Amino acid sequence: MIYNLYIFNPVGQCLYYGEWERTRETDMSQDEEFKLVYGMLYSLKSFVSRISPATSDSFQSYQTNNYKLSMYETPSGCKFVINTSVEWSSQAINEILHALYKEVYVEFAVKNPLLSLQDSIDSELFKSKIETFINSRIREM
Amino acid sequence: MIYSVYIINKAGGLIYDEDFSWNKNIEEHTWQQHPIPLVFTADTGRVLVKFGELNSIKPGYSVIAVNRQSVSGTMGPADKPIMEMINNPDCYPLSLTFGKGKVGANEKLMLASMFHSLYAIASKISPVEGSSGIQQLVTDEFSLHCFQTITGVKFFVIVDHKQTACEPLLHRIYELYTDFVLKNPFYLIDMPIRCELFDQNLRRVIEQVERASAYSSATLA
Repeated sequence: MIYNLYIFNPVGQCLYYGEWERTRETDMSQDEEFKLVYGMLYSLKSFVSRISPATSDSFQSYQTNNYKLSMYETPSGCKFVINTSVEWSSQAINEILHALYKEVYVEFAVKNPLLSLQDSIDSELFKSKIETFINSRIREM
Repeated sequence: MIYSVYIINKAGGLIYDEDFSWNKNIEEHTWQQHPIPLVFTADTGRVLVKFGELNSIKPGYSVIAVNRQSVSGTMGPADKPIMEMINNPDCYPLSLTFGKGKVGANEKLMLASMFHSLYAIASKISPVEGSSGIQQLVTDEFSLHCFQTITGVKFFVIVDHKQTACEPLLHRIYELYTDFVLKNPFYLIDMPIRCELFDQNLRRVIEQVERASAYSSATLA
């Protein structure tokens, strides 16, 4: 199952949020949730780089007893964060996020001259492309 | 390979930590003459490469030995500051060993409380009901496995990707904790653990698990 997806730009603004099979609603506003998630990723990144036995390292994913959060970060600092159920393999998720970046984000957000990418994306085309992309992956699973 | 073991009390304080196999990616290099084509800094309590790259030595690597003698902080052998030795042409030929320095005691305390809050946030942002905190965290270089007891004590180990059987290991550590720490009449709950028997047994268990894991991966290969 894919629960939800966040796309953050390099300064931490949530560009896109979508949910599919999410069952639990949070007690905070959506904006607060974005801040909490981004803040957590930021701390995770610093935690990982400091506790790591290697000299350079980057966070990939964590899992709890019933969900798994994975992150794909582009070299420019854009973060794609997806919450799935724990059966998904890291490799499969990584492929999805990379494909999402390459086939949807770059094609329909970066190449759209009318979008600023500073604030949440309100392009219907982009949203529908993400919907179809994720739905096709859910069906494959 | 098991890198380190941490135990955190229910308030997020670090009560035990131990590094086992560390100093991954050690790099040694000998220079015949001054100067070394790297820029060093000693601002953070150890001598780090600040700028420049040579073979696999990159910024962020710290000097862990000078002329094959291990160093403490910024002082080299015979209590000479390392920076002075690097800048003094008379000290050459000079051999430096680079690696990732151990995490300092203060930094570990900070990291432990940081993990404590990350653990709590993970269950808060869960998209499904009834989620626990972080049980497993994977990065490019290591994975972290965490086990929380019903009383809120967290055990976590940092291992490499080849290490198997981390859940049983955490349960073994919990067992040792109950046997040698909680049953120790001099131990105050939630305080740092200083029990010799616990140290000894933990080391034994870590060795056993590492050997078992090495054996199983060898037979698989």
